[in-house]
Amino acid sequence: MSVLVFIESADGEFRGTSLEAVAYGAALAKAQGSNATALVLGNTVDASKLPNVGNYGVSKVLHVNDDRLDNGIIQAYAQVVAQAMEKEGANTLVLAKSSLGDAVSARVAAKMKAALASNVTELPDLNAGFTVKRSVYTGKAFQITELKSENKILALKKNAITPEVTDATAEVEAFSPSLSDADFGVSITKTDKITGEILLPEADLVVSGGRGLKAAENWGIIEDLAKALNAATGCSKPVSDMDWRPHHEHVGQTGVKVSPQLYVAVGISGAIQHLAGVSSSKCIVVINKDPEAPFFKAADYGIVGDAFEILPKITEAVKALK
Amino acid sequence: MKILVCITHVPDTTSKITFSENNTKLNKDGLQFVIGPYDDYALARAVEIKDALGGTVTALNVGLAETEATIRKALAIGADDAIRINAEPTDAYFVASQIAAIAQKENYDLILMGRESSDYNGGQVHGMVGEMLGIPSLSPVMKLDIEGNTAKMAREIEGGKEYLEASLPLVLGCQEPIAEWKIPNMRGIMSARKKPLQVVEPSSDETLTIGQNYEMPAPKGACKMIDADNAASLVELLRSEAKVL
Ligand SMILES: Cc1cc2nc3c(=O)[nH]c(=O)nc-3n(C[C@H](O)[C@H](O)[C@H](O)COP(=O)(O)OP(=O)(O)OC[C@H]3O[C@@H](n4cnc5c(N)ncnc54)[C@H](O)[C@@H]3O)c2cc1C
Repeated sequence: MSVLVFIESADGEFRGTSLEAVAYGAALAKAQGSNATALVLGNTVDASKLPNVGNYGVSKVLHVNDDRLDNGIIQAYAQVVAQAMEKEGANTLVLAKSSLGDAVSARVAAKMKAALASNVTELPDLNAGFTVKRSVYTGKAFQITELKSENKILALKKNAITPEVTDATAEVEAFSPSLSDADFGVSITKTDKITGEILLPEADLVVSGGRGLKAAENWGIIEDLAKALNAATGCSKPVSDMDWRPHHEHVGQTGVKVSPQLYVAVGISGAIQHLAGVSSSKCIVVINKDPEAPFFKAADYGIVGDAFEILPKITEAVKALK
Repeated sequence: MKILVCITHVPDTTSKITFSENNTKLNKDGLQFVIGPYDDYALARAVEIKDALGGTVTALNVGLAETEATIRKALAIGADDAIRINAEPTDAYFVASQIAAIAQKENYDLILMGRESSDYNGGQVHGMVGEMLGIPSLSPVMKLDIEGNTAKMAREIEGGKEYLEASLPLVLGCQEPIAEWKIPNMRGIMSARKKPLQVVEPSSDETLTIGQNYEMPAPKGACKMIDADNAASLVELLRSEAKVL
């Protein structure tokens, strides 16, 4: 029994969180004495890059050369993943938790009657059955969950493993699943997507702004610091509700859950619903003019003062570092 | 338009989460339970669609009798009737199986729910229900308009959104800004008491996962305060002390 890893791409590259999933799948297979195969759908990533997936520990990549799969059509993807599991004799599917990953893995779980654990934060414990640690209550706690059925799916939270990258390459094998028109019953009419920017759920560094910035046109100081750090930008819910920033930047309980090395919160009070989305950040910096702002209780470093004065100074210091 | 809205019964988002019985059970003492915030968006959109196009909205919850106050709130917001499947919602596969069993009999045009529950954050039930019924499932859906037999939707993807079209029936996991949360008014609350709430026993008992016990995150250390006049020194601390740059 082996492990299959589902890989997503963005901007013509494999997604960082998917490559983490490859490393995780390879480590799991090693612990079980089996092997892991990665699966790439469509042609958005140049074929010459396929062998590089081997850098993360798998020896084989299945590639479905079908342009219809360049878009994430959920039903078709679920068909392909399930067929690839059968072909490889894989009883465990590993993937990064994402908008598409969630939607696809749930359908695969129902098809294969697989036990699905999401937001997995560590390699499984194989000593007594198969248990994983996963984040629950939106980051407020963890649960140890046992996966009972023969087939299993693990949807990983970012940083579930620190990949060891080698220069090993993988053999690429073409895979032609059977797909019907019904699998393409949903049509994507248009996609609006930022390109050339770091995606928030993947980002190691995030600079996030709240209502304290007072207006959309004041976002320059956030963007300047983000640019200097090479960070992604985020915001609080009221900021996206007021359309100061696009919805996909909204961080928190009802938005994106981030797991960066560094989260810089500027003019955000630190409501519990916002904190839920940032609790797995390694280091949190809070800049707020109110010394009583609840966010300071969740922070590693804090500066009390006016963001409009403080942020440009920090941006200059970051530039000086480089 | 015949719409089913599946709701979860979860602790209010401001809740402090603690556990009892050797960290194996959620400590419910003092917790306020609400309709899951994402489910609330799904319900609000369902009521809007019904108001515009006619039809019915049925609210469904898999839960024990303790969830009835939450279900009544869905009726007060505008659902016409409700179904409670009398079982602890142990895992996503179990819950999805219950929903699919009801849906198989009822032929809903739309099955809406939140993109994920705010307790387990799995985001699995809509996809499983779609697969069990053999119809498309989409999530997270942030815009939904019905034109004839076609649903026009926007779905959030990392870094943006995609616009989609599909024929009904569909299963959708919803999130903001698909609609504004609705607050029940007095008339809604009064009429909710008289609306039918049917209790049915589960159609199967199979689960695929078992929650064993809970752990709390490691407590945060104290926050190091930096003087605003010396703000630039933060960068050096992030580099040499926190080692994140
Ligand atoms: C069910 C539910 C779900 C929710 N989900 C989310 C979620 O996912 N994400 C989320 O963010 N919120 C969420 N919220 C909303 C949340 O409760 C807060 O209302 C929100 O996070 C507050 O945003 P804010 O911190 O930007 O604004 P505010 O609370 O208004 O805080 C602004 C802060 O800026 C500071 N400030 C003002 N001027 C300056 C200045 N010049 N320099 C420095 N600091 C300044 C102020 O001191 C204040 O602390 C949710 C709420 C509910 C009910």
